[in-house]
Amino acid sequence: MLFGRVHGTAVCTVKIPDIQGIKLLIVQPLNKQLEPIGTLQVAADVVQAGVGDLCVMVRSREAALAMPDITFVPVDLALVGIVDELDVRPHGDFDLTLKPGRTQFT
Amino acid sequence: MILGKVLGTVVTTISHPHFDHRRLLVVQPLVCEGEESDGDFIAVDHTHAGIGDTVLVNREGNGARQVLNLPDGCIISVIIGIVDSVDLKD
Repeated sequence: MLFGRVHGTAVCTVKIPDIQGIKLLIVQPLNKQLEPIGTLQVAADVVQAGVGDLCVMVRSREAALAMPDITFVPVDLALVGIVDELDVRPHGDFDLTLKPGRTQFT
Repeated sequence: MILGKVLGTVVTTISHPHFDHRRLLVVQPLVCEGEESDGDFIAVDHTHAGIGDTVLVNREGNGARQVLNLPDGCIISVIIGIVDSVDLKD
């Protein structure tokens, strides 16, 4: 699951009947510092997000399972939450490497 | 499953019903020294982990559905353990 920023909407009149009524949004996947990763993608919306919203997205089969009625649909990216608050520690606050030998974490 | 470090918390008031009453945490996978880290991701918390904890994360939908008892759940990553220690040979 990853972050995404909504940049716009996509409209398809001709599409698979099972995804009729599902809103399609253009999103930019983001990392934890909200920097873009890769190119713009299209996500199916189930939380009524709008342009500019920061969202939580889910990929693969689970994106189809997020659809409201028919879950056996060709959807591979879905918006499943709108982020209200985000608290992420800055890079360098924690050691993210595994060292040889025994490491006690707690 | 992977080892990761919890770096942050995410609050979503409007979300899919499968995410109701569940905590979302930002997790960064741990890597060996000199290796490039994979990208961070968001995981559902199932072990009351907090920022700074080293955690065990299942990144696969079927396992997540089983752990969370949601047969059609739209959740991929679940934190399934808090790591006490790691013993790594050279």
